[in-house]
This record gives sequence, C-alpha cells and structure tokens, in this order.
Amino acid sequence: MGAEFTPVNEQARACFQRRYADAQQLKPDEEKKIMSEWTLFEVFVRSKHGLNHKHVGSVHAADARMAIENARELYTRRNEGVSLWVVPSALITASSPDEKEPLFDPSQDKVYRHASFYELPAEVGHM
Amino acid sequence: MSQREDLIQYLLRLGDSALIQGQRLCEWCGHAPALEEELALMNVGLDLVGQARNWLDYAAELLDDGRDADHLAFRRDERAYRNLLLVEQPNGDYAVTITKQFLYDAWHFQVLHGLSQSSDERIAGIAAKALKEVTYHLRRSGEWVERLGDGTEESHQRMLAAIRDIWRFTVELVNGDEAEQRLFEAGIAPNPSEIAAAWKSKVADIFASATLPLPEPASYFYLSGRKGLHTEHLGLLLAEMQFLQRAHPDASW
Repeated sequence: MGAEFTPVNEQARACFQRRYADAQQLKPDEEKKIMSEWTLFEVFVRSKHGLNHKHVGSVHAADARMAIENARELYTRRNEGVSLWVVPSALITASSPDEKEPLFDPSQDKVYRHASFYELPAEVGHM
Repeated sequence: MSQREDLIQYLLRLGDSALIQGQRLCEWCGHAPALEEELALMNVGLDLVGQARNWLDYAAELLDDGRDADHLAFRRDERAYRNLLLVEQPNGDYAVTITKQFLYDAWHFQVLHGLSQSSDERIAGIAAKALKEVTYHLRRSGEWVERLGDGTEESHQRMLAAIRDIWRFTVELVNGDEAEQRLFEAGIAPNPSEIAAAWKSKVADIFASATLPLPEPASYFYLSGRKGLHTEHLGLLLAEMQFLQRAHPDASW
C-alpha cells in the first residue's frame, strides 16, 4: 500500500504514516460515528418574514455541521427560510402528555390574565 | 479557430460536464446510503442539470444551426460531447462518488468564480448564479472527503482505492489548452494556470485534513474530453440517457 503513493506534502505524509502504524486498530474517538450511530437532531426554520424559528422535523447526522447541511437539503428546498437551528433531540426536555391537566388546565379559566377589558383610544389604532 | 468557435467549445465543456455529472448523481436515486444523502445528491444533481441548460442554451444560440439545448443534450453522438473525463466515470461506491464530486467541485468553483467576472455579460450572469450553488456543493463534498478519509479504517481504505481509480483523470482539470488561453486573453474566461493552482491548493488542504495522501500530478494520456475522445463509460451512459428522446423525438407531456 505504501509504495503506491508519494505524499507530496509533509503534513499528509505524517498523517499517512500514523494511519498505517496502527492500521489494525480503529482510532479510539467518540466523535466518529458510523451511519447506524448517527445522532438525531430536531430542525427549526425561520422564514424570511418571520421572527421565530418553527419546528419542521428531524434529521440524522454524524455531527452538528452535517446536521445543518442535511436540514438545508430536506427542509429548505422550497425556499422555506433563511435561518436554521439544529438541536440534538436528546438535549430537548419535553413535557409529558400525562401531565397535561395539572400543567395547562388551570390557565383556562383565568380570564383576568388577558388584556380584554382595556378600551384602546382611537389614536392608538390596532394593536 | 475563431473566437466564436472557441467560445462554443468552452460552453459545451461547461454544460456537458454539468449534464453528465448530474446524470451520474441521478443514478443514486433510490439507492443512496441515507435519506439525507439521497436528498442531497438529488439537489446537487438538479442544480447541475439546471446549469447545463443555461450553458447549452447559449451554445445553441451561437451554433445557430437549428439545434436547441435539448437537442444538444440528448441527440449528439458520443464524440461530440466535451465533458471532462472525470465526470463520466461510474459512480462506484460512495467513496468514488464523493471523491469524483469533490475533485470536480473544486475545479468548478474556481472556474465559475473566474467566469463571474467575464467580459461576456451573459456568461457572467449564468456564472454568478451557479457560483452560489457550487459554493455549497464544494462545502458539502469537501466535508464528506474529510469524514470518509479521516473516518473508520474501512472508509479510509475505500477513499485510497477511489483516489487510485480516478486520479489520472484530473490531468484535464489542471491543464488548459490554446483555446482557453485565447479566451482568457480576450477577457472572457479566467486564467487557466490560476485555476490549476487554486484547485491544487484546495485539494491539498482537504486531503491533508482527511489524512489522505496527495498523489503526484496526473500525467497526460491519449484520451481527452476536449477532443471528444472519451472513456468507454460515456457511450453506455448516453445510451441510457438518450434512449427516450431518440425513440420518441417529438414526445411531449
């Protein structure tokens, strides 16, 4: 194998020799992922006229930079947006559907929390 | 050769290379290793076919012999194509596909970057738009070369085999001919030696960070895309690509 290539620059030559010195072992490295181990990321897109990123789906990728590119390929084909966020799904904490009642029902009958009783002066226009 | 003829050949080279590379990428449709890669390869392929349409439209206008871009794309015989030999090579495994794509993208980016300053306004316009697409193509393929080269033992071996298979076709990417030199002197095309230097530099950088050895510069051999002397693979590719149009020449949706 070594005889076939003549690495032209020193940096490549050093890498080449290091690689073949331990050819029998995989380099131990938690960051390298084979395809079945790709991380799941959630994807959020902000459109040109929007203020917030919306969740649009998920992608698998080996690392965050690949996740941005995969998200660009899958979720911005039809000019959906100008900004992408990707977050590893494992980092998202979500409320459980079982907890829906105690978490969210109490806010249903608290009408005083809405600003519905103020009269707007005409000069203010629409808010 | 008049400047018009030089320019037609140059446009065919750009358009045919994009068309054939797009065709090769489309062969992955339905077989790509991951859903995300499937979309990515198709997006790149569609970008390239769109660019081919622009170049071949302009070439057809200059040829002015009744042929349009569709006819140029789908009804020429093999020896009339001017694509780079590199892009007609079969897809092989993913290492070959990515290596081909990266070596082509690195060249394509430099050429389009130069052409966006062409004295020919139409060329500058096409190139400026294509450059945005190809900037992304190069980013994508460069990163994949790094991931596969500096990846697992298997991916590294496959990358070495891929480079060994296709490196000899890179001779066309770093050597201009007299027609290109004339177009450069007329301000229409970029300087071929600058393209070659920038290409070599980019490839060296990416290969180094991918822990891949950079081979010696490829030497000339008897085939040449510029002269229509293609490898045996182009004929088979065209047979598949052109069959429908040749069998039903006036078909429409």
